[in-house]
Amino acid sequence: MKTVNQKAWFLVLPVLLLVGFSAVIPLMTVVNYSVQDTFGNNVFYWVGLEWFEEILHSERMHNALGRQVIFTTVIMLIEIPLGIFISLHMPKKGVWASVCLVLIALPLLIPWNVVGTIWQIFGRIDIGLLGHSLNALGIDYNYVQNATAAWITIIIMDVWHWTSLVVLLCYAGLQAIPDAYYQAAKIDQASRWNVFRYIELPKMMGVLLIASLLRFMDSFMIYTEPFVLTGGGPGNVTTFLSIDLVKMAIGQFDLGPAAAFSLIYFLTILLISWVFYTIMTNIDKREGM
Amino acid sequence: MAKITLSNLAHSYLPNPQKDADYALKKLNHVWEDGAAYALLGPSGCGKSTLLNIISGLLSPSEGQIFFNEQDVTQADTADRNIAQVFQFPVVYDTMTVKQNLAFPLKNRGVDAQYIETRVNEIAQMIGMQDVLNNKAQGLTADAKQKISLGRGMVREDVNAILFDEPLTVIDPHMKWELRTQLKALHQQLEHTMIYVTHDQTEALTFADKVVVMYDGKVVQIGTPKQLFEQPEHTFVGYFIGSPGMNLLPAKIEGSTAIINGTSIELGADYNNPTGKVEIGVRPEFCSFSDDGSGLMVSITRVEDIGRHKIVRTQFAGIELNVIAASSARIPADTCHIKFDLSAINVYVDGWRVEGQQRKRQQTKGEAAL
Amino acid sequence: MKKRFNKSALIMTFYIVFLLLPIYWLINMSLKTNNEILGTFSLWPQNLTFANYMVIFTDPSWYWGYINSIIYVVMNTVISLAVALPAAYAFSRYNFMGDKHLFFWLLTNRMAPPAVFALPFFQLYSSVGLFDTHIAVALAHTLFNVPLAVWILEGFMRGVPKEIDETAYIDGYGFFKFFFKIFTPLISSGIGVAAFFCFMFSWVELLLSRTLTAVDAKSIAATMTRTVSASGLDWGVLSAAGVLTIIPGALVIYFVRHHIAKGFALGRV
Repeated sequence: MKTVNQKAWFLVLPVLLLVGFSAVIPLMTVVNYSVQDTFGNNVFYWVGLEWFEEILHSERMHNALGRQVIFTTVIMLIEIPLGIFISLHMPKKGVWASVCLVLIALPLLIPWNVVGTIWQIFGRIDIGLLGHSLNALGIDYNYVQNATAAWITIIIMDVWHWTSLVVLLCYAGLQAIPDAYYQAAKIDQASRWNVFRYIELPKMMGVLLIASLLRFMDSFMIYTEPFVLTGGGPGNVTTFLSIDLVKMAIGQFDLGPAAAFSLIYFLTILLISWVFYTIMTNIDKREGM
Repeated sequence: MAKITLSNLAHSYLPNPQKDADYALKKLNHVWEDGAAYALLGPSGCGKSTLLNIISGLLSPSEGQIFFNEQDVTQADTADRNIAQVFQFPVVYDTMTVKQNLAFPLKNRGVDAQYIETRVNEIAQMIGMQDVLNNKAQGLTADAKQKISLGRGMVREDVNAILFDEPLTVIDPHMKWELRTQLKALHQQLEHTMIYVTHDQTEALTFADKVVVMYDGKVVQIGTPKQLFEQPEHTFVGYFIGSPGMNLLPAKIEGSTAIINGTSIELGADYNNPTGKVEIGVRPEFCSFSDDGSGLMVSITRVEDIGRHKIVRTQFAGIELNVIAASSARIPADTCHIKFDLSAINVYVDGWRVEGQQRKRQQTKGEAAL
Repeated sequence: MKKRFNKSALIMTFYIVFLLLPIYWLINMSLKTNNEILGTFSLWPQNLTFANYMVIFTDPSWYWGYINSIIYVVMNTVISLAVALPAAYAFSRYNFMGDKHLFFWLLTNRMAPPAVFALPFFQLYSSVGLFDTHIAVALAHTLFNVPLAVWILEGFMRGVPKEIDETAYIDGYGFFKFFFKIFTPLISSGIGVAAFFCFMFSWVELLLSRTLTAVDAKSIAATMTRTVSASGLDWGVLSAAGVLTIIPGALVIYFVRHHIAKGFALGRV
């Protein structure tokens, strides 16, 4: 099918140079820092894998990682099923389909810090609709001081922000199912559940994997929204990996540990994403038959 | 199994159809006999799929009624009509095995498991898939998948009708022939009412007892393959069926004589003096070269030898006229005369066939219309 | 039939209200004075005011935030597409040494947490004298946008039959003439979708744009977060600034609404 042509490298060259510049050089810096220590004045000396050992055994990293895993698991468990559910109820065509699409896509195009700001305001007990109403109902809700409230707010915010992505992906997957399948199901007297189980879900498998991959990656890297909303607090309860890393690297300027942290962090994401990617290409191949 | 009656049925995709052209399906009365095999034949966009979807209940007609036996099902849901349908593209449940696919329509209706088991095996036998019963449907080829669709269509014994919507479109040519033969055999075995939509005349003529030809939202003829060939009721049928289609020549008719661009020919029956757009139609199979200079003088443009016979393309006063000659026949030089088989000449007024009178009597043309 | 439709409509209404309510609240805040915001709790502005918006439109340190953001977003989109187009073509048409690895390596950059790159970027761009310029942010954002654009475009290009290329070459077209005159128009919707996502991800990003700018190229996102910490909490102005950042996104979505589903349908985001 494809022809072998080594000259194709010339077409890839610009990308290579650009991404090389903006990914490889910084990454080298990180690697460099991760194996050195300094007494200031730009004098560095070799420390080997000490920083990695320190980070791997640091409680701070473990806690941040634990929070991160819980957060990612929870939001995926909510967003993926909810996204599927909503997409099944989207109007299939007509004006309403367009209107719904535009409104649903809206949260995706709001700058992430503004998402934080929106929920910061919305959740406040003095001026926010959510915080004010909950407290008026006698529920003690204050995300600035209460850890549970902070977690719930961040999770609802993420669901608000990102479920739309899952909805749009699933919707596109559903749109690609030919009408004949639904007609055949009707003729076979399949129940609504069976239509979902045997037609819609198998046909959505591809997009669902992509949605899961994206949600995994992006939620694992989440920084801006919780940074604006809670700043990682109260205390450290919403300090996820990225927030912790930025604190360490730019706040405290602990270059060595931050660099080691960075590499472990990156490799973790890479590893899990690679598993997703492998499953995905296998499915692609199977469908290609 | 049921007799299906269409009563004053019409459909338009527009909310307020005004003129004839707004209707995708023009007013139609027809009875589909119980247990017969019908083919619904016509070019793309002629309304045949619309008609099929109305029968299956996927589409609700804008006018008229449908009866299954004596029961009015016009507003009934697809699921309640107890019909089966096979689609253009194979519709199988990918994650199920072949066996589960075949059992699915029965299982959903709460049929006894023991019966399902035997019935599925029976059907698998019929479609020749008993060896792959436990394979996942996903990895199968397109024609195997389509066989599963056929099987799912036939698995219920009590269906009112089985509808086929161009089921062989995606099938390889050699498999097409096999599936078609299988289908024909299955019909004889099961005696379900079957309606088979296609735009392929070979499929239609080999499958069906009766062929329903549609054109521009209208049924133009219902008949056996023989009738369609010998007496096309509409010029469209003449043109659409046959290869090449029927020769059509504009003519002026006076009694039993047709005058075609100055040349008179005998018709063998009296047609009075019809007005409107008058044409005579003769199939290429019933044209031959005359030795005595009678008939139409034509110039030969091309001869195609297709093995069984030769197709001779000729021109008569700017109109194409095709002649089918035996492959051994000697084809005359550039110009020659062509004569028609008397009994095979059809006369059309405004597109519809009119019957000639052997004896002098007032004739009507109404009976030709449906 | 009818009953189901109503149930769906109800669910969609709930979901959309859930999506719009916080945004409505932001708009509500932006149209109130600070006294009203802090003094009384009301579902809509009692004393409608555009003063908060006027602050933004008259203060250069605010409105330049928007202009700066737009500048680097557009730069990023142009750069990303310009380098991604030929690369995607190469990936969709040819096999060459290391192509699979290269493709996967590109995608890994989409998986890199910006937090990892914040500090090294800062040092890199400072050392080459690009700190606090638009191009610095635009280049930094190519880190995740170029892989994305290559991925999306490759998907669209794979859908164009190879015979078209061959026919064009036989007809005597050179590569460049073929690429721009014949090929590019064929995948125009793909380019649109890729541009949409480049725009989107560059527009919404905060961490890198904040780290790489200080004054001259400061983005609106950075302006907003710094205002919060510096000048106490001017909720009204902050809300108005937030509302104004939603508008470009809403406009973009509106224009590409017919292509969104198609772009997503390719399963490539």
